[in-house]
Amino acid sequence: MKKPDFHHALKIDKDVCIGCTHCMNICPTEAIRVRNGKAVLIDNRCVDCGFCYRVCPVNAIIVEQDDFNRIFEYKVRVALVPAVLTGQFPENISLKQVHSELLALGFTHIHEVEQGVELLYEEMMRYMEEKVGTRPLISAFCPAIVRLIQVKFPALVENLIHLKPPLDISALGVREQLVEEGYDINDIGIFYITPCAAKIAAVKSPVGQQDSPITGVINMNFIFNKAYTRIRQEKGDSCIVPEMRKLTPRSLVWSLTGGESVHAPGRSLAIDEIHNVINFLEQLENEDLKDIDFLELRACDESCAGGVLTTANRFFTVERLRKLAEQPDNDVSDTGNAISAGSGKPALPGRHDDFLKKRIAVSPIEPRSMLKLDDDMSEAMRKLKRVEEITKCLPDVDCAACGSPNCQAFAEDIVQGYAKINQCVFVQRIFESRGILSCEESLRIMKEVWGDGKLDKNC
Amino acid sequence: MQFEYEIEGGNFSRAGYASSEVKKKLRQLNVDLKIIKRVVVALYEAEVNVVAHAWSGIMRVDIDRGRISLEIDDEGPGIPDIDKAMEEGFSTASPEVREMGFGAGMGLPNIKKNVDKLNITSEVGKGTKVVMVTYL
Repeated sequence: MKKPDFHHALKIDKDVCIGCTHCMNICPTEAIRVRNGKAVLIDNRCVDCGFCYRVCPVNAIIVEQDDFNRIFEYKVRVALVPAVLTGQFPENISLKQVHSELLALGFTHIHEVEQGVELLYEEMMRYMEEKVGTRPLISAFCPAIVRLIQVKFPALVENLIHLKPPLDISALGVREQLVEEGYDINDIGIFYITPCAAKIAAVKSPVGQQDSPITGVINMNFIFNKAYTRIRQEKGDSCIVPEMRKLTPRSLVWSLTGGESVHAPGRSLAIDEIHNVINFLEQLENEDLKDIDFLELRACDESCAGGVLTTANRFFTVERLRKLAEQPDNDVSDTGNAISAGSGKPALPGRHDDFLKKRIAVSPIEPRSMLKLDDDMSEAMRKLKRVEEITKCLPDVDCAACGSPNCQAFAEDIVQGYAKINQCVFVQRIFESRGILSCEESLRIMKEVWGDGKLDKNC
Repeated sequence: MQFEYEIEGGNFSRAGYASSEVKKKLRQLNVDLKIIKRVVVALYEAEVNVVAHAWSGIMRVDIDRGRISLEIDDEGPGIPDIDKAMEEGFSTASPEVREMGFGAGMGLPNIKKNVDKLNITSEVGKGTKVVMVTYL
């Protein structure tokens, strides 16, 4: 049953990468090294947060999506859209218009991801009551956070709320509804329009689930560019958008920072941006913070509004969604807020609650500590001793010229056989002064790390 | 293998640093997660006690295949009545320290709960030595 540990949505385009270390320096799990002048991803450390994608100056990091034309392999083509998609567009563009563009692009049905929120909310409250001995409970909403906890905070895996995120609940419900309406299950393709890379990874290799109910994933910036271009060229508003069902205010802002935590009973906190989350969890592990009941942790600043595949300014997105959530019901017809496909029958939540409740739990999430130096403790001890010895020889400058993100990581890389100590420029100078390493040899070593280009310059 | 860390009395912004470092080492050694969790909670509590009450301290960690031994040796006011200090809720912390969220008592009993062996020796006016052992 050992599938490849991780499907990563993030890929490095070696032809484009210039080996600049921006990605390596920002990576919160130290999952990137530079070899032969190119960034290399360490699979079992990467949590698909996408911070590398954000900082890459040459767009060498690619978020791998499904080919859009794959949707046409299905008769029923469902676009599963998160609320933040709406937030991408300026306020003068109505939801109806946005949805009309999705239909014009070739989708036959539109459903909102947040349809699953009310059911999840109910089940979360029940879960928190049942697990009264486990505190704090941590939301599993953000897939990058789930993976971060697996690799970096393995002891907290049991604190994760083992329930499916709204995305999976909605997808299951939509599929069930369409089958009920008489469509052949093989004709139904459910395509999620994602604001981030982590959700792609979660669909392609789900944690705590065998298979994902989602057929494919399309990047939000791709859809936004297509739709917004049509709107700007005034080709829009050509499709008839079926009558829509309004999402509850809670559902509309669920994916924003505080969207979950404000509803949690007891003492709850919302923390966004992955480096903030890491700092907080470090502290949480030390202190026995049993008096915190619920933690909403999100990898991106401003949560999904700040997803790496979003286009709009995240603060405007938040503003728009919060305004929508405050809108009284009678404005629904104007803004076309929320939608349920086809027949006008009630969409989720409601009819399929029992079906979904039976499927809402995920199987135990396994810790996958990336920190251990070896499975065998004696061997790990031997390696740790060597790490300590090597660290004493290193300059503590964290210049990354060795191809590792910092001196500590470099020492560990050496012990694990991924690097050699003479890759350190400081160590090279020391060795050279002692006559045990020649300048030519140093240059050759640096070329191995950085490629020829950076060291063949005519200065 | 052994490690040693200094603890600075009165500096709460650094409280927890030594415990975090030890936690990292235990993870690198692939020590059982549940054991790490308990050891770190005990260690953190003991570290904060030094920060809150003593002038300075040293944390010594000794790990082998069979056990983790943690020793926290401080120069400080000492504990006049260790038995009393072991009671739940007993606290000598000043109001300022309590305001920062520390010193609500429970420190020593919580340490005891999270390690296999706890031994405290203290001399008033000189300092306190806390030795904790957890078997692997």
